Amino acid sequence: MIAELGHFSLILALGLSICLAVLPALGVYKGQSSLMQLSGSLAAGLFVFILFSFVCLVDAFLSDDFSVSYVARNSNSALPIQYKISAVWGAHEGSFLLWSLIMATWTLAVSIFSSGLTLDMRARVLSVLGFLSVGFILFILLTSNPFDRSLPVFPVDGADLNPLLQDFGLIVHPPMLYMGYVGFAVPFAFAIATLTSGRLDAAWARWSRPWTNLAWAFLTLGITLGSWWAYYELGWGGWWFWDAVENASFMPWLVGTALIHSLAATEKRGVFKSWTVLLAIFAFSFSLLGAFIVRSGVLTSVHAFAVDPERGMYILAFLVVVIGGSLLLYAVKATGIKSDAGFDWTSRETMLLTNNMLLIVATAAVLLGTIYPILYEALSDGKKISVGPPYFNTIFVPIVLVLFIAMALSPSSRWRKTPTVKYVAEQALPLLGSMLFVALCLYFFAASFEWIVVPIVSISAWIFVNLVRDLFAKVRNKKNKFVSLFRQPLSYYGMLFGHVGIAVALTGVCLTVYYSEEKDVRMMPGDVIHLAGYDFEFRGIKKVKGPNYLADQAEVVVKRGGAIIITLHPEKRFYQAAGNMMTEADMDAGIFRDLYVALGEPVGDTAWAVRIQYKPFVRWVWFGGLFIAIGGFVTVLDRRYRMAKQKVAESIGNSGVAV
Amino acid sequence: MKFGKMKSQRRNRLFLILFVVLSAGAAVGLTMKALNENINLFYSPQQIVDGDAPVGPLIRAGGMVIVGSIWRSSEDLTVRFVISDLDSAEVTVEYVGILPDLFREGQGVIARGVLNSNGLFVAEEVLAKHDENYMPPELADMGKGEGGSGK
Repeated sequence: MIAELGHFSLILALGLSICLAVLPALGVYKGQSSLMQLSGSLAAGLFVFILFSFVCLVDAFLSDDFSVSYVARNSNSALPIQYKISAVWGAHEGSFLLWSLIMATWTLAVSIFSSGLTLDMRARVLSVLGFLSVGFILFILLTSNPFDRSLPVFPVDGADLNPLLQDFGLIVHPPMLYMGYVGFAVPFAFAIATLTSGRLDAAWARWSRPWTNLAWAFLTLGITLGSWWAYYELGWGGWWFWDAVENASFMPWLVGTALIHSLAATEKRGVFKSWTVLLAIFAFSFSLLGAFIVRSGVLTSVHAFAVDPERGMYILAFLVVVIGGSLLLYAVKATGIKSDAGFDWTSRETMLLTNNMLLIVATAAVLLGTIYPILYEALSDGKKISVGPPYFNTIFVPIVLVLFIAMALSPSSRWRKTPTVKYVAEQALPLLGSMLFVALCLYFFAASFEWIVVPIVSISAWIFVNLVRDLFAKVRNKKNKFVSLFRQPLSYYGMLFGHVGIAVALTGVCLTVYYSEEKDVRMMPGDVIHLAGYDFEFRGIKKVKGPNYLADQAEVVVKRGGAIIITLHPEKRFYQAAGNMMTEADMDAGIFRDLYVALGEPVGDTAWAVRIQYKPFVRWVWFGGLFIAIGGFVTVLDRRYRMAKQKVAESIGNSGVAV
Repeated sequence: MKFGKMKSQRRNRLFLILFVVLSAGAAVGLTMKALNENINLFYSPQQIVDGDAPVGPLIRAGGMVIVGSIWRSSEDLTVRFVISDLDSAEVTVEYVGILPDLFREGQGVIARGVLNSNGLFVAEEVLAKHDENYMPPELADMGKGEGGSGK
């Protein structure tokens, strides 16, 4: 009964989203403010009904209703309760319901926090968001209904959630990621609304900025969590694989990064207007493309959902409508937009343009490598290929290194024009100092001196030094220097956090790539393996029983110079419900290094295959990601955006046009 | 004055265009080179037995692991197994390392590696079927060719 209610509620939500797409737009067209004002309550209704539908699905999981086939396929009565809830978004159908719920949440948020927008602008934006919701909900109802029952014959118990997904990382990773993906619908809607209204001024950039930053911060967090999860759960110590689905999340992130920078230039200087609109369209298009790649099964990937051509065709058609439609609109409306301000090639505008170009080239390279297998198969009469990680590393790494050099230089740049001598005079010392510092650190602390590491990590140090310098330059002429250190605009701190995050992540990536050590070995009880100055002693295996699995648990004692550092207990788990084996690695995490032990398989007698890894600075990769995300969140709180809203909200309140 | 300003603007624009063209050219060149070097073609066991697969370059091979064909070294982590495509064609794969969790007899796998002149496929990576619902498209297609589900 509950499942039917959920289904019914979803159908009502579809009706409301159609109204939201059509009525306010009609109001704009006919100039009827009563129709335009409907957008707020329609958005609220849409949210309530999708939320109710989602809660119904959660209830079906909690009450072990295995007559609902989605529950039967992805849950089990022995599954711990937190995983019963996360199993709701553990597979295709439920995860898309979560996607739609998040879409409705963003729509509601826009309707609540957009009181400063003009009535017709608000109606346009919400109407575009409503149209997108129609597409998403229709997709669920037509091709992937999570409420389908398998009556009258249904299983006594469920097939269990994929053991890889029974993990904290997978409880939080998809919601964060979808917040990011779907969040790009907001700047997209602003862009479309601006194009249709024909008022392409800097005001739309100011409106889009906090939303874009927020969505981008969530996406950053989602990708970082995904990488962290892959490291300890799936990847045997790897943290990025250039897998098609990882790329699907990375491409919108790259375009989104370009977008937040270009929005800054548009808002502050009135430049790149039409380019920024195009980026907003692309950022969301790449989100949709990601959904297509993940859910259509066109590409082989460890993360891909079940293969279903019908779903693929639907998303492809939706993709064509959204991207094709918006680009057509762009082509018709965005011509003849001119920037108000010119700039010199030494200016900060040029810096931001460089940032944008490099990010777009990087995105194009990733896109090419990701979809090349599909193109190749189509062009070569069905020959199958895959594109290996070396392709991505060869292309991507040089591009981003140039990007990071520009980033290090950027604090020295000024709007409109920067004296060239300023770059040289300000940067010579920090650059040389950073290189010397990194070289000395490597010489004294590293096991071996890798030449290639010096320039790369130096860029990190250089970025950091320049940011600190910039902050102090801002307070140099202030009376109370200490207080004004903390009195800068929040968006400035956001920039600091974001850029420091890049420096931290770059350091982590470089050091862990060049200094990691790894051994796959056959170990008998009592065997000792020596790796990176540590001794790993394999003490044997014992059987352990978990809530829904049995495990072989190893005891590995790690020593350094005879002193015990830690005892690790990696497991090989057997999940009875579906008969799945899973590796649960164990690690000693630290700021400067991780020790990582994973259990392979029994290889005769009492011997086991064991993977032992020493991963220096690997945590920095995710600390960096976390910093970047924090930067994004902090920017959203900037007073500038709040004040703009309050001011307009007050004036609207006074004139009595409250909604 | 005005004329000079125009000139410098034009010069700047020329520099910008040159810069864009050059960097785009470099990017395209680099990209195509890297792509061509890193494509891994897929071959079925039948194609490998027929001699269609090249000896030397990195390729991918996929098939079902024949039941009872797994052999393990008692010295190190070397493992050998035979894959087939439900035809009679069989290819022996050798791999040193830890096999994925979902690797099992009778299941589909994809191996990335090099075919040597003795017809032995030396794998540097072995991927197994993700879960019960998922099968690499290459294997799914092969199954269809045989008129079966491929499972």
